[in-house]
Amino acid sequence: MPRRGKVVLVQVAIVLSLLLVWESGVRAGLIDPFFFPAPSTLVARIGEWMSTADFWTDVGVTLLETILSFVAGIAIGTTLGIWLGLNPFAAEVVQPFIKMFNAIPRILLGPIFVIWFGLGLTSKVALGVTLVLFVAFFNTFQGVREVNPVVLANARLLRASKWSLLRHVYLPSATTWILSSLRVSVGMAVMGAVVAEYLGSSAGLGHLIAQAEGVLDAAGVFAGIIVLSAFVVALDAVVDRAEKRLLVWRPAPAHEV
Amino acid sequence: MEGQPTLAVDLRDVMIRFGDFTAVKSMNLQVGEAEFVAVVGPTGCGKSTILNTVTGLLKPAAGEVSVFGKPLTGLNDQSGYMLQQEGLLPWKTAQDNVGLGLVFQGKSVEEARAQARPWLAKVGLKGFEERYPHQLSGGQRKRVAMAQTLIMEPRIVLMDEPFSALDVHTRRLMHRILLDLWQAERRSLIFITHDLDEAITLADRVVVMSAGPGSRMVGDVPITLPRPRDVSALQTTDEFVALYRQIWSLLGAEVEKSYAAQG
Repeated sequence: MPRRGKVVLVQVAIVLSLLLVWESGVRAGLIDPFFFPAPSTLVARIGEWMSTADFWTDVGVTLLETILSFVAGIAIGTTLGIWLGLNPFAAEVVQPFIKMFNAIPRILLGPIFVIWFGLGLTSKVALGVTLVLFVAFFNTFQGVREVNPVVLANARLLRASKWSLLRHVYLPSATTWILSSLRVSVGMAVMGAVVAEYLGSSAGLGHLIAQAEGVLDAAGVFAGIIVLSAFVVALDAVVDRAEKRLLVWRPAPAHEV
Repeated sequence: MEGQPTLAVDLRDVMIRFGDFTAVKSMNLQVGEAEFVAVVGPTGCGKSTILNTVTGLLKPAAGEVSVFGKPLTGLNDQSGYMLQQEGLLPWKTAQDNVGLGLVFQGKSVEEARAQARPWLAKVGLKGFEERYPHQLSGGQRKRVAMAQTLIMEPRIVLMDEPFSALDVHTRRLMHRILLDLWQAERRSLIFITHDLDEAITLADRVVVMSAGPGSRMVGDVPITLPRPRDVSALQTTDEFVALYRQIWSLLGAEVEKSYAAQG
């Protein structure tokens, strides 16, 4: 059997046996279903949700918030990163402020955003943006700064204008850094959206979990977490596709795992 | 001097300083139109400094730099510069790298590609248009870089030890390609190298520089070997060996000095 197949087989075996122990533990009365509802209960709950229109609205809302904060965060962070990467003076001036903002536990901004922007979409996107922005910013900044000096000199000797340098040298160089951080950024965007929903909203997966928690419904909380994980894994696959597409020029890694 | 053809490059008593450090003390270098000049010298004698001066990247502290009879102000727009190290954009294919300068000039990508393809064929890389630099060997990347410089049709080509990182056989192949291209379309060429074999094989004239710092020219030897030259057979001819001895008598002493200074 090829290595890849073996790996998958073992992974499936681990998950199945864990679920089996859990399920049988609950049925035998060894595990309290109030705290750890049986897997079968969770599956039933998710199935129940999926047959309602409200659940899909919640997924749609969270997805929209995630995408908006992801796109806005990347756009702002990249622009800022390029600007400061090309302006050492400005970078030096701004650096302590950026560090300060980055040091704030962003989750705590959630309540402030709710006060400023209300319970709707804006406050969720705002929180997501503050999370994504810094990841994109630091990576772009690094990417612009670490452009191979020989490549840069060569492009200059070919009489590249400032705009050409940005378009053909700086941006592609930074893209590799931005892409390698995309996965983190997607996670951040989801976190921003869900946490903000949890703190106060009328729709979304975070709201769903908050509601379940409000009535001490552990099955609801667990089911919500599972749905969220699946959500992130799906987004991750999309990012993976994009990365492969955009980095065709990169040498394949020496050891494919 | 009246009545004489205009020189492509004319350095007169050029001094280059970096702060208190004098890299080049007094350099006189005249390169005629369509002339192939090789500059040899020990490590650290400021060979690359001379190219940077001709490009206009460095301003001489004293002396004059003229290009086709006009004093050089700002960047030299007649020159094309091929660097020693790898300068290709890793995210562009071979043909897009070759056409890069044309795109910088404002041509469309399609136009640049159409012009780049015949140039890839000229350097023997037909069929490699869509390859990325990491999919090419060191010698192939050098050929792409050469095409990238020459496609701009500079009247003065500057090369800074372009083949120093290659193995002997690949280097010889590069010499053949370069000579073929130069033979087909003659341009002024200044070729920096520390390899005397290479200098004699390629050039019309070999200029020897003294050990740095404060280096100057210590020899200027015309290479009388007939053209077109057969790169592989050339180096065993008596004429070649005689020239090698003559230039080495100048260069060897300078190399010794540079070792002494380092040691």
